[in-house]
Parts: sequence; structure tokens; C-alpha cells
Amino acid sequence: MTRPASRNSSLYFDYPHYPFVRPPELDGETIRHPVIIVGAGPVGVTAALELARHGIRSVVLDDKDSVNDGSRAICIARHSFEILQQLGLSDRFVNKALGWTHGTSYYRMQPVFRLEMPHSEDERFYPMYNIQQQFIEQFLIDKAMEEALIELRWQSRLEHIELHEDCAILTIDTPEGDYKTESEYVIAADGARSAVRKSLGLKLRGDAYEGKYVIVDIQMQSDYPTERRAFFDPPANPGSTVLVHKQPDNIWRVDYQLQDGEDEETALQEDNIRKRVGAIVDMIGEPGPWELEWWSLYKAYTLALDDYRHERVFFTGDAAHLVPIFGVRGLNSGFADAANIGWKLAYALKGNAPDALLDSYSPERRGATMEIFDNATKSTRFMTPPTRGYALMREAALSLSISQQFSRPLINPRQSQPYTYVDSPLTAFPERNAEFDSGPGAGSPLVNRRIGEDDYLLDHLGHGFSGLYFNKSGALPDDLDDLFSKLDTDSEPFTPIIISTVQLNRDDLTVLQDREERIFDFYGADDGTFYLVRPDRHITARWRGIQPDEVLQAFKQALGEQSS
Amino acid sequence: MSKQLTTEALERIYDQLAEVVDKAGPEKEALLLSKLCLLLAQQLGDEETIRECIDIAARDLS
Repeated sequence: MTRPASRNSSLYFDYPHYPFVRPPELDGETIRHPVIIVGAGPVGVTAALELARHGIRSVVLDDKDSVNDGSRAICIARHSFEILQQLGLSDRFVNKALGWTHGTSYYRMQPVFRLEMPHSEDERFYPMYNIQQQFIEQFLIDKAMEEALIELRWQSRLEHIELHEDCAILTIDTPEGDYKTESEYVIAADGARSAVRKSLGLKLRGDAYEGKYVIVDIQMQSDYPTERRAFFDPPANPGSTVLVHKQPDNIWRVDYQLQDGEDEETALQEDNIRKRVGAIVDMIGEPGPWELEWWSLYKAYTLALDDYRHERVFFTGDAAHLVPIFGVRGLNSGFADAANIGWKLAYALKGNAPDALLDSYSPERRGATMEIFDNATKSTRFMTPPTRGYALMREAALSLSISQQFSRPLINPRQSQPYTYVDSPLTAFPERNAEFDSGPGAGSPLVNRRIGEDDYLLDHLGHGFSGLYFNKSGALPDDLDDLFSKLDTDSEPFTPIIISTVQLNRDDLTVLQDREERIFDFYGADDGTFYLVRPDRHITARWRGIQPDEVLQAFKQALGEQSS
Repeated sequence: MSKQLTTEALERIYDQLAEVVDKAGPEKEALLLSKLCLLLAQQLGDEETIRECIDIAARDLS
């Protein structure tokens, strides 16, 4: 990341300074923490907040004394906002971020593809939001600092990690010397150059892509709405591609692909950046003025660890996987990693689930990465054609799409989608799932529905497992309360949500009125339909007609107590 | 153009064409693609549609 020579600070963001606080271990105390998280980036702090939501204490280490400099991720998807909502943070993000629903791709300045992301009044959140990563980090850290169960340790660099049968021993380097500390579990959230990964001698495997992009943030006043604009072979960058995104505080993200044979070092000189960006600003019809915030060089990779669990260590975010930026899957899959490992570690640490639950982290989240790779490989081949053949085919698809409809899906950027844990060992009763004609299936996340003014289905989820019980008859089965009480664990209560078309006199339960059967229809429900939902909003299993014995069996399976 | 390909099938064909163009090399790619056009025309067997497709392909070349 480089800033203009004339300036060494941001045009709009005041970087906070987080001081080093001397931990007791430096004065000879031996402490065994339940969880140490390495890396106070967005994924690490989200994991800490998720653990705290379940009552688990954690220590977060970071070698920096501030948030990340320069912007990294800018797009947060709806399913990430639903995670942030569960952490009690979505209001602050909604107020700052710019929501958007569509995008346009141009070929030589003619529109050839219109990206429309699914959106309706049933959704609390937009399908996508733009916000700079430093705001994301700051909002998360502010929340973590209010949380008594989270201890943030700044200017604390992991030097070495040693794994024992019952704990991990970490050696930490600080401004006041080294110390050793112990932890039952470790979450590695320390990014692409993960020190945890290096210390354990683990390596990412996968592919690197040919094309290179220069990524520039500029400040510029403009009323143009927030959407994704992609320009293929535009006059301002002939033969290459330009992407334009709006961000809060009048910041614009401009990504442009280096042209074939263009020298990297020359291209990254400030006067050349100014020339290129100036031409792009003119091309999109902005009168300016504009100012450079920073720029950097980007190359696409698809790299991942073979296993996201290594004994007591769980790898999350960029420490586990590097994905191409096209399709905005990096941070969004990192948020999902944090939510996934967070509740599982909490259940295991409280003795509510066996170690086998933790084994499900890697198949679920690595499975998500593999699907991302499949999509990202296609979109990256389109954004940076690796060979003459792919470049020619792309030109053909773009040129045809000016007049033809059929070739336009080839231009689809395949934006981030939540992953379905349909093949997970925790997902139960596929034969019951097959009895439905509609609604989100077993393994999928719940889908939001509007209940009323500022009131949505997902607002009613609990901290632990939740269940949607659909009622039409006005009477609940006699054994339902008994079943609900068996779904409580010692420390995590079960949250039943009754969706009813008629009045129910049960003040002790959450009852959502669905007189017009809108939620019923969407969820393919009948009187007695039941959805069992994990703490991370994914559906464990569903029944057209509730089967209490099977619900208990599915609950046990979702806690890793038995395999299917 | 009556029979429709799915997007997935179209993507697979896109990839196969990209790879076969690379294999042919820049000097032979035009020959390869021209042969393919004649083959597809013969398979389609509908002169009017083929002529229409040729016109569409000739659009937006610059």
C-alpha cells in the first residue's frame, strides 16, 4: 500500500492508537486461557464477539497498535450483516455502509450485463454493502472493548506456538519483553502471512493467476448511486478492465487491470497512477476534482490449507484461505468462519458438546472455500483471462452480448452467496428435507421474512439453538413443551419461535402472527412443520410434521454426539 | 434459434473453446474456428438461421 508522496496520512480516517498494556504473564504469572485468538482483524474480533455471546472468555493478540492501514475489503454481503446483527452490531454498520442491489457491466462503454441481486421487502438488509475495512475493524474493536469477556492485547506478536496434549503454549513478543502463555484452544486469524501457520510449518496450496490489478482509492464528490460498475476494454484502459465502487465518505474504489506487457514498477509510480485514474474519472463522466488516498498492486490467488483444524488450532479467514477479490468472498467467508468456530468452541468448552463437534469446522468451512474456488476460478478467468484462448472467448462473449441475451450470463460476476452445509456431518434427516417443495433446505441458512414494522423473523433467534414451529390449528401438541425443554443445554437455552396463522394464548413463548400465510408459504410449511436451527442460523434438519424423537436425534447430531 | 443451452452448458463450451484455441495456436485459430462454424452449420441444417447468425456475429466488431 502506498500513499501520495505529499501526504502520509489518510484524507478521511483517523487511525486510532491502541496502547500496549502489560499482561500479568510478563510478571511471572502462569495463566491458561480458554481461547487465544491471534489477529485482531475483522475475523479474529468477530470470533471473540461470537465466543463472548456464548459466555466464553478470550484473549486477542495483534502485533499492530491500530486498525489496518489502507482499505482492504469493502463489500459486506447480507449474510455477513445477519452475523453482525446477532453480535448486536448491525445498526452501526447500517448507518455507515452504503447498501446496494445491482451492477452494470460495459463492453467498450455499451452496457452488456445487468447484475440484479435478490432483494425484497422481506429482507432487513441489502444484498450488499460497501464500507472500508478500517471502519469494519473499528466498529468491531469498539464493541469488543466494551465486552468484559474479551481482552485485546496490542503490540503483541506471536513468535512461536507449541502444541501439547492438553493445551497450546504461545510465546509472545512485546515492547516490554517476551512471555509465554497457555491456551486450551487457538484461533488463527492472522491473515495471509499467518505467523501461526508458519510456526506450525503448514502451507497453503493452490493456484496463482496471471492478471494484475492496480487498486486505488480516491476521494471525489459524486451523486452517482452505489452499484458495481465493470468496464471491459474501455477507452481509458484499452484491452483491459476497470471496476468502480462507491464507498462512504466520498471515497471511490477504482481497480484497473494492467495491460499486457505493462511494467509493474512503472505502472505503480504516482504520476502514472494519476494519469490512469484521471482518464477513468473522465470516462465515467465525473467532473472532479479528485484526490488520491492510496494504491496497491493485486494478484489473484486460490490458496487454502488442507485442513482448517490442526489439533487445538483453528484457522480462519485469510490464514486458512486466499480467494480472488472478484465476487467479494474474502472477508464474507471470514465472517462465516468466525461465526462457525465461535459457537462450536463455546459448546465444547462448556461441556455441552464433545470434541467431535470441533471436527466439523473444517469440512463445513473448507467445503465453503472449495465452492468459492470453483466460482472464483470462473470469474477470475473472466476478469483476468490467463491465455489467448480465454481472452478471445471473453471478447466474443462481450461483443455478442451487445445485441444478444443468451451470452450475458457468461459475464455474471458470481457474487458471494452463503454456503450450504448440506453434506455436513451435523446436518440430519435428508429424507425429511426431501418432503418439502420449497423453503431453505437442511444445511442452508434461514431466510429472513418481514413480520411487521421494523420486525423480521431473524430478529427473534436466540443465542443457542432455535426452532421454528408452524401452527395453524390454534393448539400446540401436548408433548411440544417437553421437547423444547429437552433442547435446552445447561448453559444455552433453546429458543422456540411459533409461527401461527391464528391467535395463540401462550405469553411464555415467542409467537409470530402469519395470518396471510406468507411465512408458511415461503417455508413450505403445514400445521406442525418444524425447523431446527443452529446458533449460526443454519438449518440442522426440518420436518413437514414434527417428530419429537427425530428432533432430539438431530439435535445430538448437530452437537457432534453421533454421526450419521 | 430454437433449442436453448443451459448457462452451465454454455460455460463448459466456452472453456473448451478457449482451451482448443490455445492448443491450435494464434496462426491456426482462425482456421479452427472456421471449420467449427462449417460443421455447426451442417449440423443445424437451416440455411436461413445460419445466415442470420453470420450477420449477428459480424456486428459490433470494432
